[in-house]
Amino acid sequence: MQEIHIDNSNAVKEIYLDNAATTPMAPEVLAEMMDKMANVYGNASTLYGLGRQAHTVMENSRQVIANSINAASDEEIIFTSGGSEGDNTAITQTALARQSLGKHIITTAIEHEAVLKPLHALEEQGFDVTYLPVDEHGDISLDDFKAALRDDTILVTIMMGNNEVGSRMPIHEIGEILKDHQAWFHTDAVQTYGLLDIDVQRDHIDMLSTSAHKINGPKMIGFLYKREGINFPSLIKGGDQEEKRRAGTENVPAIAGFAKAAELLTPEAKAEKRARFHGFKEQVVKGLTDNGVDFEINGSLGDEGENLDHVLNIWIKGISTYVMQTNLDLAGIAVSGGSACTAGSIEPSHVLTAMFGEKSPRIAESIRLSFGQQTTSDEIATFVENVSAIVKRLAKNHSEVK
Amino acid sequence: MIYFDNSATTKAAPEVVDTYAKVSANYWGNPSSLHKFGEQAFNLLEQSRQQIADLIGAKLSEILFTSGGTEGDNWAIKGTAMAKREFGNHLITTEVEHPAVHNSMEQLKQDGFEVTYLPVDENGRVSAADLRAAIKPSTILVSTMAVNNEIGAVQPLDEIADVLRDFPRIHWHIDAVQGIGKGLADKIFNDRVDFVTFSGHKFHAPRGIGFMYKRQGRTIAPLMAGGGQERNLRSGTENLPAIAAMAKALRLLLDGEADKVKRQRDIRLAILHHVETFPNVTIFSKDLPVFAPHILCFAIAGVRGETIVHAFEEHDIYISTTSACSSKKHVESSTLQAMKVDDGIATSAVRISLDEHNTMAEATEFNRVFDELYTQFAKLN
Repeated sequence: MQEIHIDNSNAVKEIYLDNAATTPMAPEVLAEMMDKMANVYGNASTLYGLGRQAHTVMENSRQVIANSINAASDEEIIFTSGGSEGDNTAITQTALARQSLGKHIITTAIEHEAVLKPLHALEEQGFDVTYLPVDEHGDISLDDFKAALRDDTILVTIMMGNNEVGSRMPIHEIGEILKDHQAWFHTDAVQTYGLLDIDVQRDHIDMLSTSAHKINGPKMIGFLYKREGINFPSLIKGGDQEEKRRAGTENVPAIAGFAKAAELLTPEAKAEKRARFHGFKEQVVKGLTDNGVDFEINGSLGDEGENLDHVLNIWIKGISTYVMQTNLDLAGIAVSGGSACTAGSIEPSHVLTAMFGEKSPRIAESIRLSFGQQTTSDEIATFVENVSAIVKRLAKNHSEVK
Repeated sequence: MIYFDNSATTKAAPEVVDTYAKVSANYWGNPSSLHKFGEQAFNLLEQSRQQIADLIGAKLSEILFTSGGTEGDNWAIKGTAMAKREFGNHLITTEVEHPAVHNSMEQLKQDGFEVTYLPVDENGRVSAADLRAAIKPSTILVSTMAVNNEIGAVQPLDEIADVLRDFPRIHWHIDAVQGIGKGLADKIFNDRVDFVTFSGHKFHAPRGIGFMYKRQGRTIAPLMAGGGQERNLRSGTENLPAIAAMAKALRLLLDGEADKVKRQRDIRLAILHHVETFPNVTIFSKDLPVFAPHILCFAIAGVRGETIVHAFEEHDIYISTTSACSSKKHVESSTLQAMKVDDGIATSAVRISLDEHNTMAEATEFNRVFDELYTQFAKLN
């Protein structure tokens, strides 16, 4: 059997502006995981010392995570295999558990596929789903939301911030409206956890899903916050792990790694991150403008914190997403044509379609940048130079062909 | 320290941890991304998939990655139930399955499915005749484990395959979490099986990763919908570091498998033949070829399983009550119950589970400590 060759020389050492797709693990996180893999390998469900040790690591991590969103109790945190599992669980299991109270669900047109696909499956089973429209900034309207809310609404699932254009949803306002309504409120916080100061009590959030690999944590670990009193059967059945809410031997090293990643993102670190990333956005806009590139932001720049500071989606007029992405890739700069998950199939973005209609040229001519902890101002400058050069070159080729 | 609880979990091998670290540092891109970071990650993902496929004699497209054995079991069962509901609502399994299978079945029962639990004999095994008798026109799935996690009974997979050859439309799922690397590949990867599920951390791969073999052409509904990873069957960003590490662990596991199996069998028998000479000892996994080489379950009458576990822990020897998942419930083993073992003796059961790194010297030390503890327990009684 041929050994798969893995070494450092193959690693891409280029500019990575696709941090909304995934992020590299922080060295502290990897060190934490290495330590736990080597030293805390008991099954947390076993009776003896090795298991108790693993259990302690897990419960300490749960406390760190609970504190990070101001959960009332660490018992409200369920570890999952990631954002997709959290979303699928919150949506499908809530619907199945509450169908006697109604079959109406409210969401937005611009959710992640891990929300939309389970909702489509529920529609096939007779559930009625309202998809709130968005304007050209990627924002929903609270009036639309209020108008959509019905007595038989059992679930509202609205993302905290959009992964493609960075618009933020009015989570606090929705939480206020829903606190006296039977509907449970779930939010997909995959893009905002580790960026914003989340407070599930302040915002009256019933369920919230996250993913560690978006915040420099390990892959395939996340958590689902579930407010006390919110009950539904688990999606994954089996042993009694996670208080019977998620079966499967607990992934203690990844849980510890996730907690480490969360711990690194103190309120101060998050504030610094938002300011730095917003500065990058302004640098891109100013740079492209100065270089005469004909572009527009899909969404809006806004002030720091008004939108997701790490996501910037731009329409570079006249240049297809594929061409721009490929040219940038050749220049050693990684950007996305949409979200990573739908990007693999190069389907038109459902988010841009919802914002601008399916005939808008923006759908085929936009790229998404997303910044991460390792992103530097120099890299942004290199990005701006390259985009400007690519635009000039293509314009020249184009006129020569003519 | 002597670690005899490898059926609960194993320690990730140093080479495997090394692979995890290297991939985390160098191939952390999202395999679905279209740029170089994504492309390199995707290539390594498919290389790992190919390696696993080659190791078990499957096709590339037949390997699907999951978060572990529990997800795999849930998926094979509920995914089949959802995909084949229009063809029938009857499912068949055994009375001795892991909770991941049993509780998935119970959930489906609440959703209107009918479930038949096949009984087992005194060795924890079902009979092919019972299976044949249970099959109805509405049967859509048979789910049987390869190796029982509590006592190590190997189900008669050859005979089950014979029965199911007459019913080609029924999906057959094998939970092989405890069966990989134990010399059973010919039985597990027979020409009839449709789905086989595995958990990485039972063979020195990291936690939170597993895989499913899905025979080409078989349909299954996704349990996790979303971005459409894993051929649109299992959404969620792929855990490439753990996947590459699991491919490594599987290669290491299967390298020299026959010798490793023989060594585990010899160790198992050395302990079995020692403890069975004591009058208060009852052996559940006997010296018979129908038991896997790595699991030994026995009871010491009058002493609770937990007491035995803790007494061994005092000597730095780690064994368990019947399974980690039920360890904390303080209930007697469901497998022993199904075997109609008296409750009194079932609560005294403990399990030893070996891996390829355990040694005969450890067995000797275990037996020495056993003698000492047996005398102490006898005084207490």
